[in-house]
Amino acid sequence: MSEHTRQLDSGRPRDLPMARSMCWHCQSEMTGEYFCGRCVKVQPLSKELDYFTCLNLPRKLNLDEQALEETFYALSRNFHPDYYATKDEGEKAISLGNTALLNTAYRTLKDPVQRAEYLIRLEAGSAKDIRTSPPADLFDEILELQEDLEEFRSLSAGESVERRQELLEKLQAERQALETRKAHMEERLREQFSRWDALPGEAEGAAAAQAQKDAVLTGMQEILSNRTYVKNIVNDLVAATSPAGDTERNIWH
Amino acid sequence: MALIVGIDLGTTNSLVAHMANDGPRVILGARGQAKVPSIVGLTDNGLLVGDPAKEYLVRDPSRTIYSVKRFMGKAVADVADELKYFPYTLQEKGGVIRIQVGEKTYSPPQVSAMILKELKLRAEAHLGEEITKAVITVPAYFNDSQRQATKDAGLIAGLEVLRIINEPTAASLAYGLQQNTQGYIAVFDLGGGTFDISILKLKDGIFEVLATNGNTHLGGDDFDRRLVDAVIRDIDAQHGVKVEDSPELMQTVRLEAEKTKIRLSDESQALMAVSLPGGRGTYERTWSREEFEALILDLVEQTMTPCRHALSDAGLETGQIDEVVLVGGSTRMPVIRSRVQALFGKTPHCDLNPDEVVALGAAVQAGILAGENREMLLLDVTPLSLGIETMGNVMSTLIRRNTTIPTSAKEMFTTYVDGQTGVDIHVLQGERELVKDNRSLARFQLKVPPLPAAVPRVEVTFLIDANGMLNVTASDIRTGESQSVQIKPSYGLTDEEVESMIRESFQFAAEDIRARQVIEAKTEADAIIMATEKALKRGADLIPAEEIQSIRNGIEELRAATTQEDHRLIRARIADMEKVTHHLAETLMDATLKEALESKKLSEVID
Repeated sequence: MSEHTRQLDSGRPRDLPMARSMCWHCQSEMTGEYFCGRCVKVQPLSKELDYFTCLNLPRKLNLDEQALEETFYALSRNFHPDYYATKDEGEKAISLGNTALLNTAYRTLKDPVQRAEYLIRLEAGSAKDIRTSPPADLFDEILELQEDLEEFRSLSAGESVERRQELLEKLQAERQALETRKAHMEERLREQFSRWDALPGEAEGAAAAQAQKDAVLTGMQEILSNRTYVKNIVNDLVAATSPAGDTERNIWH
Repeated sequence: MALIVGIDLGTTNSLVAHMANDGPRVILGARGQAKVPSIVGLTDNGLLVGDPAKEYLVRDPSRTIYSVKRFMGKAVADVADELKYFPYTLQEKGGVIRIQVGEKTYSPPQVSAMILKELKLRAEAHLGEEITKAVITVPAYFNDSQRQATKDAGLIAGLEVLRIINEPTAASLAYGLQQNTQGYIAVFDLGGGTFDISILKLKDGIFEVLATNGNTHLGGDDFDRRLVDAVIRDIDAQHGVKVEDSPELMQTVRLEAEKTKIRLSDESQALMAVSLPGGRGTYERTWSREEFEALILDLVEQTMTPCRHALSDAGLETGQIDEVVLVGGSTRMPVIRSRVQALFGKTPHCDLNPDEVVALGAAVQAGILAGENREMLLLDVTPLSLGIETMGNVMSTLIRRNTTIPTSAKEMFTTYVDGQTGVDIHVLQGERELVKDNRSLARFQLKVPPLPAAVPRVEVTFLIDANGMLNVTASDIRTGESQSVQIKPSYGLTDEEVESMIRESFQFAAEDIRARQVIEAKTEADAIIMATEKALKRGADLIPAEEIQSIRNGIEELRAATTQEDHRLIRARIADMEKVTHHLAETLMDATLKEALESKKLSEVID
């Protein structure tokens, strides 16, 4: 059994996991973690609950994916609507709300990019910075690529076969170069993950600690917005150069 | 806890199953048959469902409805290119197809409800108690409107639909229960009208769907149509008969094509024969499996793209799939099996009957909902992205496809103009950029207090529940008041329509049962008369003259009985017939046996 399941089982007190300190049903003081100790009714999770706390994880970025999955499965067994089909409407509603929150928390933390974006939002409270112009070191390259892409789109199939083929090959090579760059950015993001996880706790020199934190968060934010920009260009390239009928939007972050 | 049954409401066949003490069991009909053909005959004398309706189909195609599942949650424009294959006229009201039969029209949920009622009766007869709760399966790739239509069908049939569950996922439950599998599995589900592929991760009793994809308009029906088209061309060229001009002939050709397709799964060639009306002769052709496969090659190929999409969405390579499971009657076709095997590089599983596995899985899910099974838990996903229309006719995605359900997304809305009192919201489902390329689900108007522009703040929560269906709630952030949202479905019945269809179905229920018994008895009597006359021709020389006369008298009495609306009388005459024909039947059987033995001897001599 892994470290964290033991924590779950021992019912270690957690930060604000439930919406209220009284059972919604029997009004007795809450002693259990997710269920009332007296009437055994499921309790609603607080809407303010952050995803790390929800999944019983420290606010770190390199996380134990297997532990994450085990906790998710264990909590799903606590909350899933399939196990509340015969219960009253109140419990059904709580089961639905809790599971929807749990599913969102799991989905967000499972994906490294979403996890980082979520952490930045949680720590810095800032909205996602959407980049609209290319990162400085990519400026010329992207400009040329956009022109080629425009020309490729304007040439309909059938005419200027050679030029089309030439552009197609060039765009495909560009796509590969950008994918490599994106992978490189993800590596750098991982480095920031380790820096974040190594930051000292709250107790030691609050001001200095905060400055360090902010530096890491800003660094990650920069990488993430550059990555999003590159990813969108890659998606455009994929959409423009893949054969018709295969143009579903890519759902990956 | 009242019993909950699991129902597979299929395009071609439907089944009902329940959890017995030793596991899920399909409930059989009176004659031991598991499948109820999803066919409804709306005769002048009442309703026929299943096998009797299938027999009635070639007699009166314009009053017999089949493959109604293809119309669920659809408008006429959605099915325009396949209208020529259907013998009935379609209309549309409020974005919902209405099938015209005689003077009346029926919505697809009403017709599906007739099939569900038949299954409900079958389950009640077997289990000895009233059944009011069910789990009903739908193709995983069904959108919200199609799921809602299925739920409406349940309501109209007097069933509380406790859960709408995806067919491939249901199949995985049945397999998982049987084999205690762990790892990644791919469920390839090709039925009569729909195709689904689902990728799941099985671990410690948790069935987590990672991705699903499919095509709700691709299945056995489409394979049949390719063969039908070829036969229509043949008949026109060889006999100068236009099959499309005769609905009865069209249905005969369709049923023969289906039979030929099924035979070609086991045999390398099959003879197809259709007798043409008006003494125009008989169309005969031997189809080889290769010829048939050549006709459907592109359709088979169409199942491959969704598989690749699903794998990519699951973040897996084909090599990582531990097991492949085949579901649905169409996966009996060797060409499908070899194509699936080639894609995944694994021999697919088909240990459980592909026709029954979905119903069995629905029964397993029913057991979970009833609280009888806490070992297994299904975590399913929404198959399509959900979003709203934004400026420039673009869809803005709120919930991405393959998100684990239940799930919710919140969106804040405000006003553009001072004093504006409403905000129109258009909900969409699909994967494309532009509104027009996605499916419109519903429209609603948010009520907003008249205030300066951009001051009101209304938060709307879009929640997809465990059935994969949308629920919308809204609350005013300034006042904290929640408001009810009146949704107008784009392709669905209104609550009032469903209500009135439920009432109508109750009203006619008693009448239906009586009429049905009469029609079933008459259909059976017709078949017996035909068979007896045939037997008399063959056996006239083998039995005494007085016996022939008493059989003739029996036929006349049975025929007279069928002119009256009394099923008991008809049944009594049928029983009489069985008595007087008993000796003839035995004699013929002996003769046949003797013939068979003699011909065997003859062949042995020749060898």
